Amino acid sequence: MFELAGIVHRYGVVTAVAIPAWRARTGDAWLLAGQSGSGKSTVLHILAGLTRPTAGSVTVNGTDLGRLAGSARDRWRGRSVGLVPQRLHLVSALDVRDNLRLATTLAGLRVDDDRITALLEAVGVADLADRYPSQLSQGQAQRVAIARAVVNRPALLLADEPTANLDDAHAAQALELLRGQAIEAGATLVVASHDARVRSLLPNMFALPASAGDA
Amino acid sequence: MSLFRLAFAYARRRPLSTLLVVIMLALGVSTVALTLLVTHELEARLTRDAAGIDQVVGAKGSPLQIVLAGVYHADVPPGNIPLAAIETLRRNPLVAQVIPLALGDSFHGARIVGTEPQLVAHYGGTLEKGELWSLPMDAVLGSDVARTSELRVGDRFVGSHGLAEGGGSHAEARYTVTGVLAPSGTVLDRLVLTSLASVWAVHEHDHDADAVAHREVTLALVKYRTPLAAASLPRAIDRETALVAASPAFETARLLTVFGAGVQLIRVFAWLLVAASTLMLFVALAQTLDERRYDLAIMRALGASRGQVATVLLIESLLLGAAGTLLGLAIAHVAMAATGWWLPQAGPLSAAARHFLPEEWAVVALAMAAGILAALWPAWRAYRLDVAATLAEG
Repeated sequence: MFELAGIVHRYGVVTAVAIPAWRARTGDAWLLAGQSGSGKSTVLHILAGLTRPTAGSVTVNGTDLGRLAGSARDRWRGRSVGLVPQRLHLVSALDVRDNLRLATTLAGLRVDDDRITALLEAVGVADLADRYPSQLSQGQAQRVAIARAVVNRPALLLADEPTANLDDAHAAQALELLRGQAIEAGATLVVASHDARVRSLLPNMFALPASAGDA
Repeated sequence: MSLFRLAFAYARRRPLSTLLVVIMLALGVSTVALTLLVTHELEARLTRDAAGIDQVVGAKGSPLQIVLAGVYHADVPPGNIPLAAIETLRRNPLVAQVIPLALGDSFHGARIVGTEPQLVAHYGGTLEKGELWSLPMDAVLGSDVARTSELRVGDRFVGSHGLAEGGGSHAEARYTVTGVLAPSGTVLDRLVLTSLASVWAVHEHDHDADAVAHREVTLALVKYRTPLAAASLPRAIDRETALVAASPAFETARLLTVFGAGVQLIRVFAWLLVAASTLMLFVALAQTLDERRYDLAIMRALGASRGQVATVLLIESLLLGAAGTLLGLAIAHVAMAATGWWLPQAGPLSAAARHFLPEEWAVVALAMAAGILAALWPAWRAYRLDVAATLAEG
């Protein structure tokens, strides 16, 4: 679960995001909806502990992020948050399997190669384990990014515009994969998207007002 | 999936740039190491050859020439001195030992030195085969001479006139090899030793019997009985006789100063190479940082601390630095060993290939420091990376 309370984030004098209250229970699957520039990515970064909000509090599974600083915050993020970034960045120098291993190592956890193999199978890229990111299609890279995001069984699974550039069938597949993996990992899922197709695929929705400002 | 493996993976992902940096650094390091090895070995040899010889006495000429001719056997002697002068020196109470040398001929590029057995004892030479000379025209070969000439005990050879190869030969005067010396690492290895009488016999055959009374030697190696002798003896020799006394220690130091200036210049260029490769390493890292910003942001999102992403760059830089340094040192030592085969004149110096000098550790330390220096700014930028903004850019 997570809870945002009184969140305000400003860049300079411009208010980018304002969320008075948002609560999610463990296992929920949320759509974070909003137009481009409504601050969806900023909210995801606040949830991931990458951005400190100007005001307000963030609590994830009982941990107050405001109390975590420096490398403690980084370690918390490594263990508790799985992020599927918009451009699906995998570490370019490492093959698929090592990308998943890296996620575990950086979180300070023990690498479990059996789990990695099982995950790659679950997302349908087991045969690509030795490929480098430059050898993957966008769809394949997204599947690897999803597997990497859940490898440490995070409390939060965050995905930024996962259906951008996907046709209807693949968009539905991607969301199904995210939901399935979130359930399997016991994570709360938040998908930030301006894509109307996503609306029908996720049970909960939190809409950001377009007027909040430009991020 | 350690940070070390990650750094290694990045270095491997851009093989050309990695190779270029490593090779440049290796060239610089190997040149520095080579100058160190050569200088060290040269100094050691010059010192070893001159050890225990307080003065070299010869005919009027430059002191450097006298030392080069008498101790290192690398220059022609200025002229001859009467045998009587040797006797006079021996009677001087300040003198412990006088070893006469009669030069003039050579064999196979090695000098034939007419002398007394004390010369062998002075350098701590030991016989490997046979025995020392006893009769005129007996000869003992230094280990290098024996190896290159392939002569054995009992073989006979003819000396050629002059100290360089290709002079007219004394065909009528044949030497017999009576012994071969074991390698001593001194100038003895490169000499053919015989008695003074042999040299006289070769050169006086056409003189009248009167020559016996005017016998000469070329140089004399003098050991003092007391250090006090250094204060008075050289001046006495210079003033009272037609002779010059030269100090090997002094002349060697002078020689090394001249040589050292050249070495210094080479070393400056070598360090410039090291500096250039450091700059290249820096440019390579700074450039890859631009491509790698997203990677670094992702790593931070995966839980890496600021310190960890900066460390990856530092490790990568140190890895390349270590590879270049190790390769450079290996090249230097292999090159020293190889000189022995390609350049027989430099053969004795190749012994340096087997030593690892303390100064080489300093080279390692400096090259590693260069590796850290090259990575400092890129690492700092990685440390300061704004993760959220970088991810949002993506």
